[in-house]
Amino acid sequence: MSASPAKNTKTQSKMMVTDEVVIEISNMNKWFGHFHVLRDIDLIVNKGERIVICGPSGSGKSTLIRCINRLEEHQKGIIKVDGVELNDDVKKIDKIRSEVGMVFQSFNLFPHLTALENCTLAPVWVRKLPKKDADEIAMKYLEIVKIPEQALKYPGQLSGGQQQRVAIARALCMEPKIMLFDEPTSALDPEMIKEVLDTMIELAEDGMTMIVVTHEMGFASKVANRVIFMDEGQIIEQNSPKEFFNNPKSDRTKLFLSQIIDH
Amino acid sequence: METKYSFVRKDLVSEQPPPLTQVGITGWLWRNLFSSMSNFTTVTSSVQSILMIILTIWLLYFCGGQLISIIDFAIISAVWSDPDGLKREVCATVKQGGDLPADWYGACWPFIFAKKKFLIYGRIPNEELWRANLVYAGLFVGMGYIIWEKGQGRKWVGLGMLTLFPVISLILLTGANFDISFNLILWTGILLIVSYLVGYFSSRNYFGEIFEQFSILFNFLALILFLFLALLILFSIDYGLAPIDTLDWGGLLLTLLIAITGIVASLPIGIVLALGRRSNMPIARVLCTMFIEFWRGIPLITVLFAASVLIPLFLPSGANVDKLLRAVIGIILFSSAYMAEVVRGGLQAIPRGQYESASAVGLSYSQSMRFIILPQALTHVLPGIVNTFIGLFKDTTLVSIIGIFEVMGIFRAASQDANWGSHVQHATSYLVAATAFFIFCFGMSRYSIYIENKLSRDNK
Ligand SMILES: Nc1ncnc2c1ncn2[C@@H]1O[C@H](COP(=O)(O)OP(=O)(O)O)[C@@H](O)[C@H]1O
Ligand SMILES: [Mg+2]
Repeated sequence: MSASPAKNTKTQSKMMVTDEVVIEISNMNKWFGHFHVLRDIDLIVNKGERIVICGPSGSGKSTLIRCINRLEEHQKGIIKVDGVELNDDVKKIDKIRSEVGMVFQSFNLFPHLTALENCTLAPVWVRKLPKKDADEIAMKYLEIVKIPEQALKYPGQLSGGQQQRVAIARALCMEPKIMLFDEPTSALDPEMIKEVLDTMIELAEDGMTMIVVTHEMGFASKVANRVIFMDEGQIIEQNSPKEFFNNPKSDRTKLFLSQIIDH
Repeated sequence: METKYSFVRKDLVSEQPPPLTQVGITGWLWRNLFSSMSNFTTVTSSVQSILMIILTIWLLYFCGGQLISIIDFAIISAVWSDPDGLKREVCATVKQGGDLPADWYGACWPFIFAKKKFLIYGRIPNEELWRANLVYAGLFVGMGYIIWEKGQGRKWVGLGMLTLFPVISLILLTGANFDISFNLILWTGILLIVSYLVGYFSSRNYFGEIFEQFSILFNFLALILFLFLALLILFSIDYGLAPIDTLDWGGLLLTLLIAITGIVASLPIGIVLALGRRSNMPIARVLCTMFIEFWRGIPLITVLFAASVLIPLFLPSGANVDKLLRAVIGIILFSSAYMAEVVRGGLQAIPRGQYESASAVGLSYSQSMRFIILPQALTHVLPGIVNTFIGLFKDTTLVSIIGIFEVMGIFRAASQDANWGSHVQHATSYLVAATAFFIFCFGMSRYSIYIENKLSRDNK
């Protein structure tokens, strides 16, 4: 990065990891029927941390982050988000969901609403903001993801990269404490990947707590302060990006890294 | 060195008109008609072309013949007036005692003119027709306004048409002033107050956590009781209108009344049933599935006979629910089962990602249904919904078999009038009935196609 030293220190200070714990997962297990998809997961995330999760397809990465906002239910162990334990209490779950933003691989925008309406729906109905304030916030975030001029278009009229940025803005409009990304660039054409990654880098520089499932190793080494490698439903290795890429400990990690780099 | 293949265009080609086979009437005829029957390059395509030519000629001959006989019946051979008030004789052949040739076959329009009032209103007394006219006027003006895109506040007019208009219409048509027992009003009132208070206090957590979850249920119950009480009181007031028996309502008025009530009620009930059938709660799912399968499993005729003959046997003596009301409720339940399945099809077409992203932004179940899932699902299945509406509209003719005189019943009754007895009255009646049904059903179909196009234009 060729940023000036002044900017660098500012960025550094914003990207500081605090010691306030926002997600605490201990001894968590999940099954799909008989299939043991997540096994003994322990993970602590501090406020301001940027975590990248990688691992082979089917290793349970999506399931893990979907457990954090309870799109999936876990069967054993404890997940605490912002100090609140996830259980069957619907009210708590709704509250957690409004504090945790999520971005999906397939965008999942609401096709019958414009980009702006996609962004204002939840603020109006969940945060109970007046329509005018919600519009303002939505425009603010659409500007942050650099597509304010597309606000009145429907998702079908936007390119994949633009749709994914609207999806990021939609999540940000709830002003969440934590953002979850599930392979946000996997469904995109190569020339659009960069625009989405740039948006995510900016978010990270603003100090957002992020958990990102991705195979974009450039992104991981640039913004992550921890990389987690998963295989067969377990966390096999976690380390700083530098150590993780240069000096992987487990054989599976080595194999995985050689596979995604050799092509 | 220059190669031989080198080529640079000097003059750009200007835009040229398309060939005649692409545009205008000739183009249309070519694309839709002749292109399929003028290819003789190979054996198969020649055979295809010849078959298409034969099929086309046969269709032209057959449809043309049918069209000509209908025009002949309805216009050319038809009797148009009855200046001398002959009634029966004006449409009778020589043999039947009239002046027309023995092989005469044409429409008898004087008969329809004479029965006009009967066909439009049924047996409502002449001096009360203004009440039915008010209902007709309200209906057409209100619907027209909702359809008219530039109208201000169409939403509010629509809401009024769904809530106030039916109540006012029923008061006008029945005359209200029902003899409703004081006890019924009293008990409804007491239940209303109780459920309101329980709802109020449980939502403020007076009775503990468990009750709090049910507070919505009590509030809902209170709302229903309130509406019921309001209706009881509204219909027991004497507005100075002479009572009209519902069995005197008839003809077009009754057909529209049954069809519109059925359509308006079956959509929301169908939506609730469809959501219930897909819900995670086993009780709701089982109840909704049973309800849907039960009503889909019996023919409408059986439902109507049960409503007219069977139900009264089970009612406590003295309790008397209007026969028309029973039939209408039967029709509503019957068509909401069909509607539920149509809506369920739409719900299944919504990708899981939509449900997930709706919950991920924090929308509750009812919010995500209302803002995300149902708008998309209902748009997908609009053709199916309108299909069910049209089916329901036509099925209203079945109530004539339990002695309720909607359009078909009234036509049958009219053509049996001895004063008009002649061999053409049935055919004339059915032609008019078919035309009336066609106008309404075709209108619905066109309007739905218009809405479909509009929605897909908006979303693309
Ligand atoms: N809803 C589900 N029902 C049953 N099995 C599932 C379901 N979702 C995912 N799985 C299985 O769980 C495993 C982990 O899936 P996932 O978390 O999506 O993996 P990843 O995101 O790492 O590719 C896979 O083997 C997948 O087939
Ligand atoms: Mg995945």
